[in-house]
Amino acid sequence: MARRRLGAAPEILFPTRVQYLDVVGSLKDEGFETCADLCAVDYLTHPGRTLPDGVVAERFEVVVNLLSLSQVRRVRVRVQVPAGDAECPTLFDLYPGTEAMEREAYDLFGIVFTGHPDMTRILLPEDWEGHPLRKDYGVGRVPVQFKGAPGPR
Amino acid sequence: MSEPEVTTEGVSHPDTELPDPVSGEQYDEPSPSGTSRGLVIETSEGAQELFPRRQTDPDELRREAGAVLRLPEGVVVNADDIDIEQTDDETMIINMGPQHPSTHGVLRLMIELDGETVLRTKPVIGYLHTGMEKTAEELTYVQGSTNVTRMDYLSPLHNELVLSLAVEALLGVEMPARADWIRMLLVELNRVSSHLMWMATNGMDHASTSMMIYGFREREMILAFFEKTTGLRMNHNFIRPGGTAADLPDGWEDDVTIICDTVLPRLDEYDELLTGQPLFRQRSEGVGNLSAEEALALSLTGPLLRSTGVPWDLRRSMPYLRYDEVEFDVIVGTFGDNFDRYSIRLNEIRESIRIIRQVVEKMPAGDYRVQDKKVTPPPRGRIDESMEALIHHFKVFTEGFRVPEGEVYVATESPRGELGCYLVSDGGPKPFRMHIRGPSFVNLQGLPLMMRGGLLADAVVACSSVDPVMGEVDR
Repeated sequence: MARRRLGAAPEILFPTRVQYLDVVGSLKDEGFETCADLCAVDYLTHPGRTLPDGVVAERFEVVVNLLSLSQVRRVRVRVQVPAGDAECPTLFDLYPGTEAMEREAYDLFGIVFTGHPDMTRILLPEDWEGHPLRKDYGVGRVPVQFKGAPGPR
Repeated sequence: MSEPEVTTEGVSHPDTELPDPVSGEQYDEPSPSGTSRGLVIETSEGAQELFPRRQTDPDELRREAGAVLRLPEGVVVNADDIDIEQTDDETMIINMGPQHPSTHGVLRLMIELDGETVLRTKPVIGYLHTGMEKTAEELTYVQGSTNVTRMDYLSPLHNELVLSLAVEALLGVEMPARADWIRMLLVELNRVSSHLMWMATNGMDHASTSMMIYGFREREMILAFFEKTTGLRMNHNFIRPGGTAADLPDGWEDDVTIICDTVLPRLDEYDELLTGQPLFRQRSEGVGNLSAEEALALSLTGPLLRSTGVPWDLRRSMPYLRYDEVEFDVIVGTFGDNFDRYSIRLNEIRESIRIIRQVVEKMPAGDYRVQDKKVTPPPRGRIDESMEALIHHFKVFTEGFRVPEGEVYVATESPRGELGCYLVSDGGPKPFRMHIRGPSFVNLQGLPLMMRGGLLADAVVACSSVDPVMGEVDR
């Protein structure tokens, strides 16, 4: 018996930022009850990635994994977000469970999710400088920042 | 005499040695964050705290039917139930944590109390954040499992498994049957040990110290078997891309059978100790309720979702490894309260033991790793006699193997819920991006909803029944 390979031929959609909310909204109506995962990718050092025709590669990508429990299937939505205008509409009103995930993407990549009720850092301290998962955030470049670290006494 | 010259250059931080964002110019606009000035400007310093009522938007208060629960208005609660006129001097915001015995790690909960009733809750996380996703980009695929295994430290083998499955999906290699079955044996044992640990700490939160001792006692047997098999009690780095690190030790069938035969009757003892006790039931029944709609809206998975009556278990619904070849039941609750989550975890131990017994029966002979020269280092014996084998071995462990360009999302069922791995490869020997979808991180969003309207004493128990592992929440 040939075994099904994980991740083989998944359904992937590439809406633009303008179409993004409508596409996800119609997917929700189609029966994707829950948003399993939302994360971002910084493609700064890997510009020549394979994308279908008509999709303009941008620096950032927001990747949303939707899950349909009734149809037992997944769909992945990949949205291109340009570097100069790193903004993306929030999915909060469709899937409130993306609240923490979008905050994480904002925290680590600096992508602002417009309409999000609480666009603050979630993993790093609020006075941290920069967004560490960006490819141009040098590892070890910034001295370790401690919030309000006291003196020796 | 020549004294060593003291120089300050060595200690200055290489602020200027940024990686040159050359390739950024291929996009429409080059990144403005090439300088630290740019980074400062982009950083918004929003506080992560829970604000007093007078500083909070009425919309937000309404939406926060459970504090940070943040369901869109009207989804869960009747907006009229939220008293936005309530003033600050009637309520009080207290901190529970970051260091608190019942927060299961370094979790800070900001709780707004009206008397002893919880109104809003906000989990503040990040105290254990060590940038493991960034670290993963610096490690080869072979080294990757040492990194991910430290995320969810109560079920390390699940983390190793999900990374290995993702890498193998990109590589397109097929595992030999024995590797799959060994992996299944180990992750199911790990599920038992993780749930036992939860039983122990949950007992502690219910002030049942005996349960805590018993849970740790049983878990120790499993950790001893892990130590025998992998060399380490935790953070095993045993399941690796391409198979496992070694075969199971001689006599593993007996060890595993003894574990099953010991744990199973002890579960009946737990039943007597907790399940049948009126005090325990009164404290857990009807506390921390969730409905299926709320759980799905908040992306909750695992025992939290199943407690609401949704029979969703990835082992059954989207089988990976050989879960379609073993028999087990998916345990489902009805009321979505703490007691349901307790019973689900207790009975999942029984189901896992059922799976483990079948694995012992069905374990096929064969290789424990894939014999693909690109991925697998040569066997130890070959290194002594062949120069090529030595070079090959050296290359696999220093440079690592290359993974074809692509991206993949793989999900498995960890003891806490859907543990996913989104992996992007640019064709090199290191992941271009590795994102772990931690079930604890997402499940924590359900906490404000579960705690709302309850008593502060129940908040402790509700927090425990989410079973958050902070290493995975913060990564």
